[in-house]
Amino acid sequence: MKNLKSLARTGGIAAVTALAIGSLAACSSSDNSTDGSSGAAADGSVYYLNFKPEVADQWTALAKEYTSETGVPVTVETAASGTYETTLKSEMGKSDAPTLFQVNGPVGLATWKDYAADLSGTAAYSHLVDQSMALTSDDGSQVLGIPYVIETYGIIYNKALLDEYFAADWSTVKSIDDLDNFAALKTVADEIQANKDALGVDGAFTSAGFDSSSDWRFKTHLANLPLYYEFKADGVTGQPATITGEYLPNYKQIFDLYITDSTTAPTLLSGKTIDDANSEFALAKAVFYQNGTWAYGDISGQSVADDDMGMLPIYIGVDGEENQGLTTGSENYWVINSQASEADQQATADFLEWVITSDAGRSAIADDMGFTTPFDTFGDYQSTNPLTIAANESLASGKTPVSWNFTVMPSEEWKNGVGNALLAYAQGTGDWSAVETAFVDGWASEYTLANG
Amino acid sequence: MIRTLRRWGWLFAGPTFLAFLVGFIVPFALGIYLSFTKFTTVTDSTWVGLENYSKILGDEVFVHSLWYTVAFTIVTTVIINVAAFAVAYMLTKAIKGRNLFRGVFFMPNLIGGIILGYVWLLLLNGVLAWWERSISFSEWYGFWGMVVLLSWQQIGYLMVIYVAGIQGISDEVIEAARVDGANNRQIVRRVMLPLLMPSITVCTFLTVTNGFKMFDQNLALTNGAPSRLSELLALNIYNTFYGRPGFEGVGQAKAVVFFVIVAAIAIIQNRLTTAKEVKA
Repeated sequence: MKNLKSLARTGGIAAVTALAIGSLAACSSSDNSTDGSSGAAADGSVYYLNFKPEVADQWTALAKEYTSETGVPVTVETAASGTYETTLKSEMGKSDAPTLFQVNGPVGLATWKDYAADLSGTAAYSHLVDQSMALTSDDGSQVLGIPYVIETYGIIYNKALLDEYFAADWSTVKSIDDLDNFAALKTVADEIQANKDALGVDGAFTSAGFDSSSDWRFKTHLANLPLYYEFKADGVTGQPATITGEYLPNYKQIFDLYITDSTTAPTLLSGKTIDDANSEFALAKAVFYQNGTWAYGDISGQSVADDDMGMLPIYIGVDGEENQGLTTGSENYWVINSQASEADQQATADFLEWVITSDAGRSAIADDMGFTTPFDTFGDYQSTNPLTIAANESLASGKTPVSWNFTVMPSEEWKNGVGNALLAYAQGTGDWSAVETAFVDGWASEYTLANG
Repeated sequence: MIRTLRRWGWLFAGPTFLAFLVGFIVPFALGIYLSFTKFTTVTDSTWVGLENYSKILGDEVFVHSLWYTVAFTIVTTVIINVAAFAVAYMLTKAIKGRNLFRGVFFMPNLIGGIILGYVWLLLLNGVLAWWERSISFSEWYGFWGMVVLLSWQQIGYLMVIYVAGIQGISDEVIEAARVDGANNRQIVRRVMLPLLMPSITVCTFLTVTNGFKMFDQNLALTNGAPSRLSELLALNIYNTFYGRPGFEGVGQAKAVVFFVIVAAIAIIQNRLTTAKEVKA
């Protein structure tokens, strides 16, 4: 008995110390997963920390091809969805840090500006069709980030189901050409929702999931629209210190539509993931799905044929929105790590040049990954992604594309605040005024925090 | 003998000591240092003094996490210990197949927290779907979800400790109590429990620290949703460190505060329960 007792005491105290110290150690020690980029340092090597899980395999294959062609080792690691900043932060602390990584725009660049090399002498920069798209240092003397993919989002729709709707005797809107404003969109969605059994769907819109894999569609991408119209009306360029939230009632309108005419009860949204929304659309259980060109890989090859995928602008009920186009921009910028060795930086710049000029590189980017790029080298390599084609058609038809303004949103924290308030409103545990507060007041306080 | 030990002792203690130094002491010291600095990667930091600590004070989410974690720890400590003792008590009786039952109860403990979290997420959401709810509907759904999960995982583990403790009580003491006219209830309360205090010390220590430090299950089951309201302390620290650019140092400072709290509570708890230990 005595033994057990003293064992308990000493064991307990030792365990207190060990466990508690361990809790601290966990935050500071870098994990030692291998990245395999060491070796051959004399000639330089490339370590790319890829942002897009949906094209992870394609990048790995492309890296292998480059290595077999030139002998330069290229390692590609991909961060799991929603963990890029986390992974980047721990990877950058290692001795074999990424030589090439990504930022999502000016706000993201601010975090990593001490690690961004000047890219003005690189081929990737000289091949940009519009060099003003690149991210520069504050004084404009250095080029720090180069966009490599142009993306477009809107409301992806199922043409076959919509044609069925137009043909039905209970439908009011009879042609896709009439579907060019919020009122028409609402009519169509409401009628589809009311007759969902006739169409064989679960709802007009896919679930507006608020799991972290999906909530960016609303707190970031949808929030771009009220910001776009506000900036346009007030002539704002760059990042304003405060916003008025003038178009928040429009934001509410479209969000209400998403959660009312939906496959899913609003109280279930907190747990719904992007996979749920993808499968609902891919299996033709919903007609509309707010997402972008990058979603093609996740929704193709199931019940919806490529020819049946189209994309509508996100109408929020603003005057003159008949001419509004899709939302087009980039939040994917390549940055070369300025703290990597000279040889590695050069090797990385050479790799990028090869990616955008060689046949293998261009076909991988355009065909395998389905990207539209901002480079002048892609003349013959046009993406076969039907959503990209829809985006290009929209541009060609003379509609005004909506720009991506979420690159100037003050912080992730602001987006989270808006997202949390939106979810609470959707499931009925909060009201809309909280969204307004998070949107307007949150912007001011986060801006102050970030910019002193 | 002693001379040999003096000469060769380092050979045996050395490797472990080195591992302890590299694995615990160095990161611990580095961690404390980093809590006074501003940094993006841990290898590149500038000294800012107490600024990080002052930022913790105004952090409402952290304060919420703190009391939420305290509530969680109290609830799980009580439930798990009571249930583990009850199961252990039953499984030390002469019932058929008790070794099988012990094995079955212990098994959940062999599954990793993340996997367990995802499995329970499916189970709980599947049940809650009847009422059109999901686990992340409100902080209390998540709270009780985590309580169920942790209890399921830990009861079997603590049961093993209690079984060992109960078997360590000599039959003569129980026999003597029975001869003196004590009924079953009195035997449990007046004889077994006091003699089991060493086991209770270990078990409450484990449940209290596990409750405070819980991370994987929290991450997998709710990930703090909704609105970071179901975030336990460890996850809050993680999210501060990784989730907000410029707040790495604040996350580190929270980790230091967290260390002090856990160490203090564990030591107090140890004192309290060991003071109640008796000898047969």
